[in-house]
Amino acid sequence: MLVFTTVAIVRLRSLFAIVMLSGIYSLLSANIFIVLDAVDVAFTEAAVGAGISTVLMLATIGITGYEMKKRSNIKRFIPLLVVTVTGAVLVYGTLDMPAFSDAIAPIHQHVAPRYILDSPQEIGIPNMVTSVLASYRGYDTMGEVIVVFAALVGVLSLIGIREPKVPPNYIEPPARPILQVMAKFFVPFIILFALYVQFHGDFGPGGGFQAGVIFSVAIILYTLTFSQYDGMRLTPPHILKILAAAGVLIFGGTGVWTLLKGGNFLNYSVLGKTSVEGQHLGILIIEFGVGLTVAAAMMLLFFAFVSRGNSKL
Amino acid sequence: MMSFELYNYWVVIFLMMAGFYILIASNHLIKKIIGLNIFQTSVFMLYISMGKVTGGTAPIAVEGITNYSNPLPHVLILTAIVVGIATTSLALALVIRIKEAYDTVQEDEILEMDYNDDHGTALPEADTK
Repeated sequence: MLVFTTVAIVRLRSLFAIVMLSGIYSLLSANIFIVLDAVDVAFTEAAVGAGISTVLMLATIGITGYEMKKRSNIKRFIPLLVVTVTGAVLVYGTLDMPAFSDAIAPIHQHVAPRYILDSPQEIGIPNMVTSVLASYRGYDTMGEVIVVFAALVGVLSLIGIREPKVPPNYIEPPARPILQVMAKFFVPFIILFALYVQFHGDFGPGGGFQAGVIFSVAIILYTLTFSQYDGMRLTPPHILKILAAAGVLIFGGTGVWTLLKGGNFLNYSVLGKTSVEGQHLGILIIEFGVGLTVAAAMMLLFFAFVSRGNSKL
Repeated sequence: MMSFELYNYWVVIFLMMAGFYILIASNHLIKKIIGLNIFQTSVFMLYISMGKVTGGTAPIAVEGITNYSNPLPHVLILTAIVVGIATTSLALALVIRIKEAYDTVQEDEILEMDYNDDHGTALPEADTK
């Protein structure tokens, strides 16, 4: 299925169809991730790939136009040759790789046994993905959050957000009454679900990244069905900018707090009375920081693209 | 059955090469970005498939289960997806600026305009191929 979708993306020329297919592609790969036991990853891929990325792509092709022009004198041979040769070399490389789902493959011998065997006792939470993400590999995660923040700053400085000054005409009947009613019905549940994913991430699949994305999807749905003006009144961009920065600050601040308490940077064991209690507290705080930054960043990205498109019309 | 034990890598390689092909053969900047996304997803797939263990379950500790898939690739890819959307949106923002500056997102037209600006003449026929 995934392969067929990819071939269709390669062949098609209509951008709208390509963007829609890439959404389907993401949903399919999320299913594959579930089959491969990666529930947290599937969660993220479904929300990001099929949700936000499709919306951003659509916003962009709304600005740049839907159809591609055919290149006059195209040479398909050289790219095809390069791709085939690279692929053949890579296939040759896989011959030495361990077999699929082999339990004695090198990847399962290094640090993974420690994570699987000790983390439920050391960190005290059952979801190993969360404990690795937030505690063992807290540095990495902090780096990722900073990258998201930096990309947000980049987008804002490239295209910026234009806040509409004129409110829409509320006296006229709404253009999409059914969609608006349904959206009103769904938004509170999506937000509730986001909060559940945020604070239940220690026990089930979930965490700050997923919760942030899901939360922003609720606002994006509201903005899409109502208007940009309504969305920005609900979550004003200048407040979102502060929140995005505050999330990074919470993450880094927790690290500094552990330093002041006498531990290593991002070693939460010193925060509580016992080591496990400290880990709980630390993970809760930094997951909140992650969720804050991701949610605010995704909403701001969406607003940036949408406002750019609207101001052109 | 050597060949079937490695099929996950081959699916990954096919997807990666398809994305790579879109990236270098496509003339349209947004389609290039989608190709890059497919390339990226294939890498995700590679990591996650390597973390799978026969008979293993999702890495959430439950009483009575001892065989879990490797949580480390999940963590890496989970964050990589969110970073991926952030960088994709940066690329899309660049495309929007290019559209506003050149009024086109077709690569060959942009190259032609650049050449024209630098040399004051149209692109020689040999270079457009």
